Amino acid sequence: MELSGLELLLQSMPQLVKGFIQTLLIAFYSIILSTIGGILFGALQTIGLLWLNLLTRFYLELFRSIPILVWLFFVYFGLPLFFNVHLSSFTCAVLVLSLWGITEIGEVARGAFQSIARGQRDAGRSIGLSTIQLYQYILFPQALRRMIPPSINVYTRIIKTTSLTVLIGVTEVVKAGQQIIERTGEAVMIYGSLFVFYFLLCYPLSVLSRKLEKRMT
Amino acid sequence: MTHTAASKPILKLMNVGKSFHKQVVLKNIHLTVQRGEVTVILGPSGCGKSTLLRCLNGLELIDEGSIRFNELELTPKGRQWQAVRERIGMVFQSYHLFPHMKVIDNILLGPLKVQKRSKAEALAQAEELLERIGLLDKRDSYPRELSGGQQQRIAIVRALCMNPEVMLFDEVTAALDPEMVKEVLEVMLQLAREGMTMIIVTHEMGFARAVADRIVFMDKGSIIEQGNPKSFFSEPQTDRAKRFLQQFYEIETWKGRDVI
Repeated sequence: MELSGLELLLQSMPQLVKGFIQTLLIAFYSIILSTIGGILFGALQTIGLLWLNLLTRFYLELFRSIPILVWLFFVYFGLPLFFNVHLSSFTCAVLVLSLWGITEIGEVARGAFQSIARGQRDAGRSIGLSTIQLYQYILFPQALRRMIPPSINVYTRIIKTTSLTVLIGVTEVVKAGQQIIERTGEAVMIYGSLFVFYFLLCYPLSVLSRKLEKRMT
Repeated sequence: MTHTAASKPILKLMNVGKSFHKQVVLKNIHLTVQRGEVTVILGPSGCGKSTLLRCLNGLELIDEGSIRFNELELTPKGRQWQAVRERIGMVFQSYHLFPHMKVIDNILLGPLKVQKRSKAEALAQAEELLERIGLLDKRDSYPRELSGGQQQRIAIVRALCMNPEVMLFDEVTAALDPEMVKEVLEVMLQLAREGMTMIIVTHEMGFARAVADRIVFMDKGSIIEQGNPKSFFSEPQTDRAKRFLQQFYEIETWKGRDVI
């Protein structure tokens, strides 16, 4: 019996929802790790120690010059081969997206820290704050506001990039969609729903980011 | 102010030198500051006076010579500046209050987080200091709600609340509207009367004359003249100092349009 598109969609909903949840979970973990790591990464770049600058620069360039997809393959296929480390495809996905997200949020954080007037550092130091205290009480609270809008943009990019993890076998939303299409041959409806899913997830974030940015200027 | 010959200097600079990228900004600086003494550093812009001040609490590091603070040698690499900075207060040209904190939190940050003092005791001192400069009613304001003069007085209190042994003032009235200069200078004058050791970089000649125990005149990174204010202002020893002072007198004696 031929199913109508809508019936098909309803019938495959449980499978799609499973995929949605996978996508959301990968994005969620990656965003949390990217944010924490990225703020630290950005702070390390602004401390002004040569060896730290070289180290962070090297890390940054690794992710700038090598595509995420290659990183995913490297971690998923390469680690077991070269180091005998076996990670689930889900873990690999979160790991790679987080390592990449750290560089992106790190750049945002670096810019925010550097945009704070030089005198704030002088004033903080002159009352005897340690470097950690200086960041904790003076620089970070001021940088945070400036970080929020560009960070949200990075978050939408992380969400969209989760779709690459199909290729290391994560059954996220795109993969779930493909499985349904293979079974039923109904491509338009399923891809259409993926389209709507990503849009509904990322568009509000994009709007929010723009609103916050406007409110700050 | 009088000092016995036996009194130990609170700060002693010997042969201090510093360069930025091969450009010499300080050279051959010898300076001794006694406890309770008010030293005013004068000189043309870019003569190194602000840099000298910043070297005293490690915001800049010196390349040559030595700085001794009480018995403590400040020069060695890896010096733990935090411990020194809580004993040497500094006030800046642009106040640099922390904009995200209320006035009271600006003042208490150092005493609570650096000196680990009890909240009640530090708060009592902060409020007393605010009371003395007449700004106790601003304790819960944010810096942006205050005038420049008020912010600068708060910045002075922020440094004072650490109970420093020396206070450094880096052109603290240079960014202020003229009518606010006085309220800040009054606070500093009062502080000097109470016996605080102060090192002041300023362009306010009248104030320098009134507050200083000693004038230090710098040019091109060196101290070229020092002495008591009376003799410095009435009979400067060097041509450079004469010319420098001349600039200020000339402006004071300008009349109407005949300058052009």
